[in-house]
Amino acid sequence: MNGQRLSYAYAVVRSSDPAAQRARSALAGLRGVADAPVALVRSGAAAAAVSAVPGAEFSEAALKSRLEDLDWLEATARAHHLVIETLAARTTVLPLRLATVYLDDSRVERMLAERQEDFTALLDRFDDHVEWGVKVYAEIPALSDPAEPVPSDPPDTGRAYLRRRRQHRQAREETWRAAEEAVRRTEQRARGLAVERARHRPQQGTLARLPGENVANDAYLVPRLAAEEFRDRMLHAADDLPGVRVEVTGPWAPYSFTAPLEGVRQP
Amino acid sequence: MTGHDAYDDERPLAGTQVALIDLLDRLLSGGVVITGDVVLSIADIDLVRVSLRAVVIAIREQLEDQWAPVLPDRTPTAYDHGGHGDEPG
Repeated sequence: MNGQRLSYAYAVVRSSDPAAQRARSALAGLRGVADAPVALVRSGAAAAAVSAVPGAEFSEAALKSRLEDLDWLEATARAHHLVIETLAARTTVLPLRLATVYLDDSRVERMLAERQEDFTALLDRFDDHVEWGVKVYAEIPALSDPAEPVPSDPPDTGRAYLRRRRQHRQAREETWRAAEEAVRRTEQRARGLAVERARHRPQQGTLARLPGENVANDAYLVPRLAAEEFRDRMLHAADDLPGVRVEVTGPWAPYSFTAPLEGVRQP
Repeated sequence: MTGHDAYDDERPLAGTQVALIDLLDRLLSGGVVITGDVVLSIADIDLVRVSLRAVVIAIREQLEDQWAPVLPDRTPTAYDHGGHGDEPG
């Protein structure tokens, strides 16, 4: 399989003429994963953005090790996203999971034909909707950092130490309460504008570069007409809460709202 | 087929750099998973675990504890989606 070309599928769009034409013009000149040109494969009511990728990189065995390589993962994720984002600027898209790979384009066509009703239903749901990411951050004073004594203070006494500890604990608790309040507010403010919510895990680790602790990492599906209002509401949700920040990312293609089709299997 | 004319390239320019971690949240746990005729049954590769190893475990050994829900239970709402089966809402 290693010398073989495989077909990497990025996203599904409608195959009807206006949608397919828009998709084709969006894809013209675009380079996808493995720097390959991206084409539209149509079958029935659905079409997929597809490009050829080398089997040496995308065979099952190769993928398992490549996915552990953060540089490769980033390059692939960004290329995948570029194709989806480019399509999403022109038409309704249904993103596929990273590294959805077929033996050849005819297998993609077959898959599209078999699943066209599911795809159409999801595309109908996503028409004129965008995804916003909403993350709440709290600047929690570190547990191991009970405020240092001020140098000019008299030498520390046991009592002063305990007071500092108590004040520190109170500061932590207050920030947590403010963070909880911010999360509640984002949820309340989303009502009436968002039609769906998905939750991601709070972000941690080397890639979580923003300051503070990420306490909520949500995604909302929002009608395009309400998109700006939604963003404004979220950005100001924590204005009067000390130590708490709301970050909004997007608009994204509806990556986080594709669950109903997950796990669909051949009968 | 309503609303196709609403797409007027109002989004940020394609290629705008998004944070990798926000992207991986979506690409490794979101997106339609199709099983069946895929040459690679991607469903067999646990991408969430991959992202954990790639992104997080390098600096945090006590991962499972760290990822316990940070906030007290939040009441699920009518539009709650359930988070792709990572854990029950």
